[in-house]
Amino acid sequence: MTEPHAVWGYAVTARLSPDRLAGLSGVAGPPVRTVAAAGLTAAVSTVSLAEFGEQPLRRRLEDLAWLEATARAHHQVIDALPGPAIPLRLATIYRDDASLAGLLAQRQAELAAGLRQVTERAEWGVKLFAAERPAVADAPERAGAGPGLSYLRRRGHQLSAAEQARQADAVLAEQVHAELRGMAAAAQLRPAQAAELTGEPRTAMLLNAAYLVDDGTAARFAAAVRELGRRHRTRIELTGPWPPYSFALPGTGP
Amino acid sequence: MSHPVPRDPDGALRAERIALVDLLDRVLAGGVVISGEIRLSVADVDLVQISLQALIASVSTGLGELGD
Repeated sequence: MTEPHAVWGYAVTARLSPDRLAGLSGVAGPPVRTVAAAGLTAAVSTVSLAEFGEQPLRRRLEDLAWLEATARAHHQVIDALPGPAIPLRLATIYRDDASLAGLLAQRQAELAAGLRQVTERAEWGVKLFAAERPAVADAPERAGAGPGLSYLRRRGHQLSAAEQARQADAVLAEQVHAELRGMAAAAQLRPAQAAELTGEPRTAMLLNAAYLVDDGTAARFAAAVRELGRRHRTRIELTGPWPPYSFALPGTGP
Repeated sequence: MSHPVPRDPDGALRAERIALVDLLDRVLAGGVVISGEIRLSVADVDLVQISLQALIASVSTGLGELGD
């Protein structure tokens, strides 16, 4: 080799013929190839250490344009793999094929169990947003109440309205999650995304969840999400199907 | 599998941006880390935070251009 290289990992699948990856190119361009060990296959590609060594990688991860291109390239490869696949986290880089093969053999049982869990299933993302609410109106005046009592009643009315709204949001998120979790093989709650990132800066995200759903149930699951949005008159967003990023190994379920 | 982009015909650019947030959410925090001494590196949380700050800035700009 003329310059030092390393190996970028995309995903682990069951035994996979390298022919199935023909024409697929990965991060930074080189073709995707396979590393096989212990009945498992890792989809990988060669990367230059000048670009993907630890120090240059640290710098590049801070460059959003680079991060976006790399994340999309990583995702496209995983998405294109035939059959069930366990995605590897972005920027998991190995010294060489042999060291990755050794790790596949070492964690064979765990990875094989992970593959069984995601077979004929996909991850679906659901984000639930709070309904926009009108400002709290004052409590109606009651004849015969003195000014002090009126004030207390008004104030109490406002506080309890805010508290009721907060509780209603929590109950709604719980209901939606419980109903969808009931249709899924596994579920994973993720931190709510910052309002600046969601494109909905005025409504709080109440639920940001991932569900591992049988392919045969996916249409029913999507219909249930739409129905929940209608029933509760709130914005609910479905994304997918995703590779099982949130369910990469057993034990990441509910 | 198709592209996991929210269907939003009136906001293709916005949908793409939002999908990027969802994608980064997954590829940076999800996926298995099969590591050993021979692993060179994996994205760590601090770097991701920096990138997300940059993303917030870029999304705000994008939405401004859309007049949203």
